[in-house]
Amino acid sequence: MSRDINIEAQEKVWDADRPRWLDWKEMWDHRELFYFFTWRDIKIKYKQTVLGLLWAVLQPLMLMVIFTLFFGNALNVPSGSLPYPVFVFSGLVIWNAFSSGLTGAANSMVSNAQIIRKVYFPRLIVPVSTALSAFFDFTIAFILFGLLLIFYRQPVSISAVIYWPLSVLLAFLATLGPGSLLAALNVKYRDFRYVIPFLIQLIFFVTPILYPFSVIKLPWLTYVAALSPMFAPIHLFRAPLLDEDVPIHLIVVSLTSLLLILITGILYFRKSEDYFADYA
Amino acid sequence: MPDKKPHLEVHNLSKSFRINHQIGGYLSLRDQISGLFVKGKMQSEEFYALKDIGFEVSEGDSLGIIGRNGAGKSTLLKILSRITPPTKGRIIVRGRIASLLEVGTGFHQELTGRENIFFNGSLLGMKRKEVQSKFDAIVDFSGTERFLDTPLKHYSSGMQLRLAFSVAAFLEPEIMIIDEVLAVGDAEFQRKCMGKMQDVSQSGRTILFVSHDLDAVERLCRKAILLQQGSIASQGMAGEVIQKYLASGGSVPPGSWPLAGGMLLKALSFADNSILSGDVLPFEIELHNTNDEKPDLTDLCLLFYNYKKQRVAIYDLRNFFGNFQWTGNRISYRGVIQRFNLVEGEYQVGLFYGIDGKHGDLYEVVKLQVKRRPDQFKVNPYDLQYRGFVDLM
Repeated sequence: MSRDINIEAQEKVWDADRPRWLDWKEMWDHRELFYFFTWRDIKIKYKQTVLGLLWAVLQPLMLMVIFTLFFGNALNVPSGSLPYPVFVFSGLVIWNAFSSGLTGAANSMVSNAQIIRKVYFPRLIVPVSTALSAFFDFTIAFILFGLLLIFYRQPVSISAVIYWPLSVLLAFLATLGPGSLLAALNVKYRDFRYVIPFLIQLIFFVTPILYPFSVIKLPWLTYVAALSPMFAPIHLFRAPLLDEDVPIHLIVVSLTSLLLILITGILYFRKSEDYFADYA
Repeated sequence: MPDKKPHLEVHNLSKSFRINHQIGGYLSLRDQISGLFVKGKMQSEEFYALKDIGFEVSEGDSLGIIGRNGAGKSTLLKILSRITPPTKGRIIVRGRIASLLEVGTGFHQELTGRENIFFNGSLLGMKRKEVQSKFDAIVDFSGTERFLDTPLKHYSSGMQLRLAFSVAAFLEPEIMIIDEVLAVGDAEFQRKCMGKMQDVSQSGRTILFVSHDLDAVERLCRKAILLQQGSIASQGMAGEVIQKYLASGGSVPPGSWPLAGGMLLKALSFADNSILSGDVLPFEIELHNTNDEKPDLTDLCLLFYNYKKQRVAIYDLRNFFGNFQWTGNRISYRGVIQRFNLVEGEYQVGLFYGIDGKHGDLYEVVKLQVKRRPDQFKVNPYDLQYRGFVDLM
């Protein structure tokens, strides 16, 4: 008897004509899949590699060395009160999470097409988990960042306790917005495969990562830089190290841009989700 | 007690696709944009994969879904599994639903057996705790305990299959949707699977089962529906529906059969469509490639089905080096089966192919009539039903 009641309670109706909204409850029911997809991505990434997790550190480290040599030394790009390596690494460490998370998320629906064609689950889990696995690499690189701070005897404001987690969270949301948008577009139009690396490069140079915000002299250009969803996370990440005056309204512009892209991304993803299996 | 509501209700379900004749494969943005300007060039046609399907499955019942290739079976399963949405209609589900459209979904070659069990189980809808508690039973059923911590790529294909099915076998949803997953694996394991599935159906759960193996459908399902060109042609007790299906069979579409990768089967013929059991069987097969590039043809086999649509024999057409002789854009092959040792009866000959990594079956290409040898020196031959499929002579 109890079984019957149980089953009645689980009654679900799927109507072809009724539009479905993002189903949070369903997502919550599948919460373990977030973990499993992320876990699998991390496992697979470092299987059969000799250096393993070191790769997560090597990439930003090498970039730091190159940028320090060419931008810091050769071009004499200013870096405020910070040594240039610390300055550039503090930007790169969080940028790297964004760029590899975005690349992964944007390709995630296509690379998991096999699974999508055979099993149902809320599809948003796939790009979210792929981005999460990139942020796992971030934690490794972050340890290196800590060592770098110690090496340069760089004082860190106590506010880092708030700024850093906040910045990482924002960077994750900044990844998720374009990530889910591109993931959905990529399923339908494979053109976006070629758009992704280009887009990432574009945002990289627009965002003040290699150079401090203060070198932008033209007022309208500051708004262009602030349109980058990564503008706010990177600034917030550096805030405990650097006293650089970034006007609050530019932070608001960046956060607005971040939020708009996030909402657009998730809505578009939701809207096209049903038909992924037909195109993938 | 009030009437129990069925586990699954399907009302007026339809699914249509729009086919654009000029677009192949996936869409590219350019096609879409150019489509905006060049109107009328693209012929678009609405194709109904399913038309107005309605049925109910009550608790503990098992429903077989049968029909030819392209009748809409897979589409129906995909809609019920929520992989693709219906165009019209409504589905009411009461209880947890799990579908097995493939065994080993999400299996990854780099992960170990243990890791794959967890990931696959989770994909199929099991909770982590559930997998943990059933872990030993799953491993035991698959018989792969020694390799649990070995990456899957070192498993034989048979072992991978066993592992995959074992995870699926321990799912405990109220409603289970199964697509022909039993068509693979060795006989011993197939038997084990059938046994497991019978247990499942007897434990009060609801099963939807799609298969070409009518025998399996008859054994496993109480009821069945027959799909024909997207509509339900017959619905009722499994035995009766199967009878109707068998009676309706026989017609073969003319022309050529599309395979994968732009390949067409142009011809498959025998010197004589009516032979004697044990005779030589000369045959001819011709494939055309319609794409610019030559596809990678890796497998080609003749398949022989008996009147119950069970596969009884296979004839591999790969040569010694595992490749095929192309003449221009064609593969034309003449061969001989030295002794066609199947017992008398009517057979359907199909084709198994592997092209560019895609594998598929054609079920009914030609009919072959096999008659009993008149000059058999056995004085009093046994009736056909006692003699199995093969005449060992």
